[in-house]
Amino acid sequence: MTYLTKPKLHHPKLPQNELGFTRRDYEGAVSTLCAGCGHDSISGAIIQACFELSLPPHRVAKLSGIGCSSKTPTYFLGASHGFNSVHGRMPSVLTGANLANRELIYMGVSGDGDSASIGLGQFAHCIRRGVNMVYIVENNGVYGLTKGQFSATADKGSKSKKGVGNQDSPIDMVSMAVLLGATFVARSFSGDKEQLVPLIKAAIEHRGAAFIDCISPCVAFNNHPDSTKSYDYVRAHNEAVNYLDVIEGRDEITLDQAPGTVELVRQHDGSYLKLRKLAAGYDPTSKIAAMNYLQERHEAGEIVTGLLYLDREAEDMHDRLGTVPTPLNALGEAELCPGSAALAKVNASLR
Amino acid sequence: MLGEQSAREGVDLAERPPVGAGMPPTDIRNPDYFHKVVDCQWACPAHTPVPEYIRLIAAGRYTDAYMVNWRSNVFPGILGRTCDRPCEPACRRGRVEAEPVAICRLKRVAADNKNDVAAFLPKAPVVKNGKRVALVGAGPASLTVARDLAPLGYEIVIFDSERRGGGMIRSQIPRFRLPEEVIDEEVGYIVGIGNIETRYGQRIDSLKALLAENFDAIFVGTGAPRGRDLEVPGRKEGGANIHIGIDWLSSVSFGHIEKIGRRVIVLGGGNTAMDCCRTARRLGGDEVKVVVRSGFEEMKASPWEKEDAMHEGIPILNYLVPMAFTLAHGRLSGVVFEKVAAKLDDKGRRQLVPTGEPDVTIECDDVLVAIGQENAFPWIERDIGIEFDRWGMPKVDANTMQSTNSKVFFGGDSAFGPKNIIWAVAHGHEAAISIDKFCRGENVSTRPPPMTTLISQKMGIHEWSYDNAISLDHRYRVPLRDQAVSLKNLKAEVELGFDRQLGYAETQRCLNCDVQTVFTRDLCIECDACVDICPTDCITFTVNGPEDELRTRLQAPALNLTQDLYVSDALKTGRVMVKDEDVCLHCGLCAERCPTGAWDMQKFLLDMTHASGKPACQRA
Repeated sequence: MTYLTKPKLHHPKLPQNELGFTRRDYEGAVSTLCAGCGHDSISGAIIQACFELSLPPHRVAKLSGIGCSSKTPTYFLGASHGFNSVHGRMPSVLTGANLANRELIYMGVSGDGDSASIGLGQFAHCIRRGVNMVYIVENNGVYGLTKGQFSATADKGSKSKKGVGNQDSPIDMVSMAVLLGATFVARSFSGDKEQLVPLIKAAIEHRGAAFIDCISPCVAFNNHPDSTKSYDYVRAHNEAVNYLDVIEGRDEITLDQAPGTVELVRQHDGSYLKLRKLAAGYDPTSKIAAMNYLQERHEAGEIVTGLLYLDREAEDMHDRLGTVPTPLNALGEAELCPGSAALAKVNASLR
Repeated sequence: MLGEQSAREGVDLAERPPVGAGMPPTDIRNPDYFHKVVDCQWACPAHTPVPEYIRLIAAGRYTDAYMVNWRSNVFPGILGRTCDRPCEPACRRGRVEAEPVAICRLKRVAADNKNDVAAFLPKAPVVKNGKRVALVGAGPASLTVARDLAPLGYEIVIFDSERRGGGMIRSQIPRFRLPEEVIDEEVGYIVGIGNIETRYGQRIDSLKALLAENFDAIFVGTGAPRGRDLEVPGRKEGGANIHIGIDWLSSVSFGHIEKIGRRVIVLGGGNTAMDCCRTARRLGGDEVKVVVRSGFEEMKASPWEKEDAMHEGIPILNYLVPMAFTLAHGRLSGVVFEKVAAKLDDKGRRQLVPTGEPDVTIECDDVLVAIGQENAFPWIERDIGIEFDRWGMPKVDANTMQSTNSKVFFGGDSAFGPKNIIWAVAHGHEAAISIDKFCRGENVSTRPPPMTTLISQKMGIHEWSYDNAISLDHRYRVPLRDQAVSLKNLKAEVELGFDRQLGYAETQRCLNCDVQTVFTRDLCIECDACVDICPTDCITFTVNGPEDELRTRLQAPALNLTQDLYVSDALKTGRVMVKDEDVCLHCGLCAERCPTGAWDMQKFLLDMTHASGKPACQRA
């Protein structure tokens, strides 16, 4: 952390996006997390992604629960809407907000404690309902705010900073998300923005429940040699299956790269994702293949990263519920109170 | 351990150069590397440690700030009013915000607010070293040589044709820019060292004769004393009212001239022209105009001097070439000008071409010609071993200031033509080193290295021993005296200088560029915290590459080629840390956010080594 606020002065050649904003305009207050925290890099990646997509900051709502990770929305998108909810209850608040106003971009920011322990049930139902959102878990395997106890995502056999081994099975958030019906599932690493930024951009563009498990080393309590969530361990065991480019615009695209290494994935809405494939034969559009691959590599002690699963025919909660396209706060009295004749008609249909 | 990593990079490497073909790690032990980062100090000919004294001013330690200056540039009070400030265009603040720090005027704050410095000034030793050195001319170059050599036991004799010391500082700079007391004070500090004999009023007419007096070394600091004349029709006939700028300024300075005609034309666009027009304005010139051949932008005068002149109601007319002086009743009545325009010729050179419009005649009572200065050495015989080039300038070694007669050294304007005071001081320091070495029989071409220190500024977790907060204030203006007073009195100083409050506010604009970002490769865990926090996108972790290619793919492209890249050795992932020094705010946030202390803020202090009187191996 630092006592200085980040100086307003910026690079004279700082690029502007379509809205005339620089990346600095998407920043928030200066972080109070520990120096070197992976979460700050994720905040940086979110800032970069929103800048590159030219999102109007006031069209974004960021929601979080409790924990180090849930503090981070203060440190990015300072001009966006924010809601810091009760521990583990962010998914419910997000679902409700999305029901009321489907036009905002929802970004749920949570941690391994907030989502895999106290909020596990909330996480599961929010995903299976297909809420249109980006759900990011900043996963460091420990409870940082209470001085480094194991969280539910800590690997069995990994050791705490004091040398105590973890006996319990870990919860694999990615496998759960695939199983629960998330339509966009990715894993990444806070130390690899080249991979993370395009994933966040694609997740924002994706219409449906997009889940990103982002491993984010805790420098204070979980960055030692016996940790499986340290910078060194994740770098050494990171098996990236693909790198992603988001192609904005809906035009037909031709590829000039060698076939086999690059794949274009057309999504339901007509947009494209360009995948630079690193693991030959990995097909992110097959749920069964994805689940097999995840289990297999996990057994081998590797951390699979990249875009792991994408349902090209994704739909969201509103499609299923058949809600009105207009946000509720924009409906007028005429729509909300259709009158006694309409009520009589409804009642008659129920008799 | 990085099998997966390299497999991944394998794809990316198709578009990138192979690892190892890149830049070598930066050698920060080379004093030039961090010196260049301190742009102001690097640009200063005397290499004054600018941020160091600015911090002292901020701390209210004016005397210390003055002495830091005095050691480097000898004339802080004088330079704080008159310096050509090569430091300011170089100032990093000018690249991240609108204007540079007012370095020059802060120097004056130190001079104005200091206490008695007598106790800090060197004294000549009682036991002399038996060597005698003659200095010709009592200007800034000679006085610097005297200051450096007298404390070492040299016996110094200064000759000057004027009655008082200071040279062009006294004769050419008007009193409303530089009060006489300031000159007397700072010239006095030097002469007061002792062992310095001033033979004022004694012009040297023959170097041969001076050489015969058996001095151990002779330093020539006679400036560029001849103003260029304008030979056009009417020059001779109107001569009574046509004056050479620097001679006229000198006559005003010494009280020989006290008034001028009501309508005055100043020809020329340099700083001397600016001094001439403003002086004329105070001696009865109600309608003073500056007329320049070329465009306003191309004028040699410093922008602030042009501003000062215009502020006093003096118009600057450009693209007018003087063709003739007109006379009426046997007296100067005006100047005829041809209108020209700047055009590029077929070789791309800029040329002034007549526009064909009718000539313009501007009426006037007096003309001041300030179109350049020349060196003149009629007093140096050509058979005493001093070679001259085809422009009549002595052949002088640019590093040692030694002429082809090993006993004779040059400095200031007399060495390489008209420059400014701070260059004269720099020449003086170098010449003093050479004279000292020469007198001790050492090789003058081996130069002493500068003294450098690099010390961590870390005091605690969020505490640095420098103020790393960045002020967003814009450059403060120096308060001016009311024109009703200043235009009536030649001696009333126009600039009042920053008071302590304004001076403090201005010091806060300094970015402390001497507090360096020092990177220790072995401590870095590549967490990106520094990259994320850096307000000016200076830091990148990437695959190494050749410099021109590497510059294009940093966090922000490094397009300012005058600014270095700081490159680390390869890190664990095989990447390197690259920092573009160009717009670093030296705010220390990278070091505050670094969990392992791989970044540290360390103060780099470089002091130029001056003449020491000792062999290189004995120097402390």
